[in-house]
Amino acid sequence: MIQNLPLLDRRETVARLLRDRGDLLVVTGLGSATYDVAAAGDDPRNFYLWGAMGGAAAMALGLALAQPDRPVAAITGDGEMLMGLGTLATIGAKRPANLSVIVLDNERYGETGAQPTAIAHGVSLTDVARSCGIDAPDDIRDMNGVGTLAERLKRTDGPLFANIKIDARDYPRVLPARDGAWLRSRFREAVLGIAP
Amino acid sequence: MSGAWPDELFEVLVRQKVRQVAYVPDAGHSRLIERCTANPDMETTVLTTEEDGVALLAGAWLGGDRGILLMQSSGVGNCVNMLTLIENCRMPFVTLVTMRGEWGEFNPWQGPMGLATPDVLTRMNVQVHRVDAPDQAAATLDAAIAQSYDGLQASAVLLSQRLIGRKDFEAED
Repeated sequence: MIQNLPLLDRRETVARLLRDRGDLLVVTGLGSATYDVAAAGDDPRNFYLWGAMGGAAAMALGLALAQPDRPVAAITGDGEMLMGLGTLATIGAKRPANLSVIVLDNERYGETGAQPTAIAHGVSLTDVARSCGIDAPDDIRDMNGVGTLAERLKRTDGPLFANIKIDARDYPRVLPARDGAWLRSRFREAVLGIAP
Repeated sequence: MSGAWPDELFEVLVRQKVRQVAYVPDAGHSRLIERCTANPDMETTVLTTEEDGVALLAGAWLGGDRGILLMQSSGVGNCVNMLTLIENCRMPFVTLVTMRGEWGEFNPWQGPMGLATPDVLTRMNVQVHRVDAPDQAAATLDAAIAQSYDGLQASAVLLSQRLIGRKDFEAED
């Protein structure tokens, strides 16, 4: 719920999460999460979704199961996560140790006019994740917490869920490539060494 | 539901090096799910909704795994928007669909999606292969997997209700 507590800056938060990312593979949820990850610096090991709403965590799960020795993170928004809420049950049942799901939570659908999500009405994604048996810290509200999370993302003792409370500031979009076929070829070449 | 065809389908998955098997259960898939789950070289994932399987298999392929989605025809409708991921990224995709709503179907609620399934898949640029006879099942799946993973296309193999057998309900009148 919206409370009078300080909120984090989304661009600063994501830049911190990815600053020393090590081997981390990233799948982004459509909209602002995609722009935030692009703004932190393009990388062939990022797979940006521009659609497929509700699919970011499921896609990261398939990737994590295929690459069990490498850390994998889905970075998405609260609206996108709510559309794929069942995926948290699937992850909780499957328990991939190398998967983290990170939600940038501004309690709004930022792409469509900042309409409130269910989170603004009191729903807690952290509680949902915990109910699914996924290890989840309390909602992250400061940069110390973000720094701790950044280190944790590089480990493979999950699965992990983390909800980060960010402010609703609307940044100029930073647009990564949106040709999906090119993005997947680039990703597979960087991660698997498979030429397109 | 009898005969060797589910075991033959399993052998095809092994031979084609399909590693990730995602599913929403159907009685017609039960033998195949059992075989895949018992195989330590396969990663089986039970889904809460079929569209998650489309995204999961896309991620699996990004990571170098071949996969297959098992579902019944009612689940095809749940996949529509997520199939744009496969098309936009020109990714391989294979699904094995047990058909309902045909061949003496008892439950009228299975009718509309069963009838729409081939058209919906075709409209989303998934090539449809239908199997009516047990001796065609393995060869059809083998061809679909080859075309998908070697030919980078999306394929669906529809297992007809005549093949899998009608679902038995006790007659009430």
